[in-house]
Amino acid sequence: MKRKSRSITSKLPSLAAIGILLIIWQAASVAELVPSYMLPSPGDVVKAFIDDFPLLLENCRITLLEAFAGLFLGVAIGFLMAVAMDCFERLYQALYPIVVVTQTVPTVALAPLLVLWFGYEMTPKVILIVIVTFFPVTVGLLDGFRSADKDMMNLMRSMGATRGQIFRYVKVPGAAGQFFASLRISATYSVVGAVIAEWLGGFGGLGVYMTKVRKAFAFDKMFAVIFLISALSLLLMWGINVLQKKCMPWEEKK
Amino acid sequence: MAKLEVSHVTKYFDGIKIIEDVSICLGDNELVCLLGVSGVGKTTLFNVISGLTLPEEGKVTLNGADITGSPGSIAYMLQKDLLLPFRTIEDNVSLPLVIKGDKKRDARETVQPYFHEFGLDGTQKKYPHQLSGGMRQRAALLRTYLYSKGAALLDEPFSALDTLTKGSIHKWYLNVMEQIRLSTIFITHDIDEAILLSDRIYLLTGSPGRITEEIVIREKKPRREDFNLTPEFLEYKRYILSKLEMDE
Repeated sequence: MKRKSRSITSKLPSLAAIGILLIIWQAASVAELVPSYMLPSPGDVVKAFIDDFPLLLENCRITLLEAFAGLFLGVAIGFLMAVAMDCFERLYQALYPIVVVTQTVPTVALAPLLVLWFGYEMTPKVILIVIVTFFPVTVGLLDGFRSADKDMMNLMRSMGATRGQIFRYVKVPGAAGQFFASLRISATYSVVGAVIAEWLGGFGGLGVYMTKVRKAFAFDKMFAVIFLISALSLLLMWGINVLQKKCMPWEEKK
Repeated sequence: MAKLEVSHVTKYFDGIKIIEDVSICLGDNELVCLLGVSGVGKTTLFNVISGLTLPEEGKVTLNGADITGSPGSIAYMLQKDLLLPFRTIEDNVSLPLVIKGDKKRDARETVQPYFHEFGLDGTQKKYPHQLSGGMRQRAALLRTYLYSKGAALLDEPFSALDTLTKGSIHKWYLNVMEQIRLSTIFITHDIDEAILLSDRIYLLTGSPGRITEEIVIREKKPRREDFNLTPEFLEYKRYILSKLEMDE
């Protein structure tokens, strides 16, 4: 109970700041400091959101589907790569630079190529998301695995533990914190990655919706969808926080 | 016959001879201390005895069986408690049993009775960071005991504790040792600790490290409350100090 009230008080300043920003924005629109076709008022945005709700929901479903599929595959691949690279030093030396290079390739430049190769369906989007999401997970987990206490591993060996057991009982739980930190980054990347991929061609999704409303100069709908995307990312991060608390009960008692 | 025998062990590290021709033995239910200054190769010797590293020469036998270079037979405890922060105390303590192949639930049940014996009542469901340093070392010792098969190596287990905690943990330790049968080799650079706890003391000195002296502490166990204030105690201490100085 005490915890909860504290968490509300700690959020008060940021809520107040958001409220003030919205009031300034609304005031600026009402006073017509900025023409309303360029910057719609918060009220207009809310109205656009409600009017287009069914359409947004349908596009949202597609985007989330891509994001989840990509994130799931990205995390799975990231995990496997981290495990393999941790087990075999040579593999680490061989692959680590390549993994880093994949991150220097700009996503936006890669997306059109993927569309050319794989068409306008879901495949290129999922591939793009995999490319952007596997990296934080691989690096985070690898760091976690490699920072395992050497004495702890010696102790496990003196207990007669196999490499697999050391991995399971020491390395994996030890890397959990880093894993979840990476997962939060990957989750936000996955939503943004899906939207970017959809900009460049597709039949549905929030990115496609954005392209359409931009071409129609419907700025109010544009803002509505931008806020929706941030809300989705926030929701995903919150979900991961809940999952982390479930998976790491020892952190709770600190 | 000695329970554990280390005979003529020589070990190099990066081409440098760390310990030379070290032979020590450990009787049943005996507490033997390995005393020496830092860097003399005490930990290297322990790594050999526990089977984590292979010596260039010599061998280690436990109950007559050669265990040189094969870890898993002798328990090993370090100055750091090395409890896993993400496991509760009971799960930490039962880890050696789980590694041996016991089911998690069975292992938990097996360890329960020892919590009382080791003065760890009520800590079962806690995490290591919720315990004091002294309590964590007790838990680490319990874990060590549970996979020891009767013989354990303790590498400066109490040296990270403050003096007061150390005093009470020494008392606790001697008490526990009365109840459980655990033959132990104990590393320390604390002369008082060595005299207070052990039946015999080996001095490891020089470079490369050699066993230069073996001292038997004739004070019977359980030791008197004020043993460390008696003339006998001081006599032992003076003798050991003179031997250590002679070496320098």
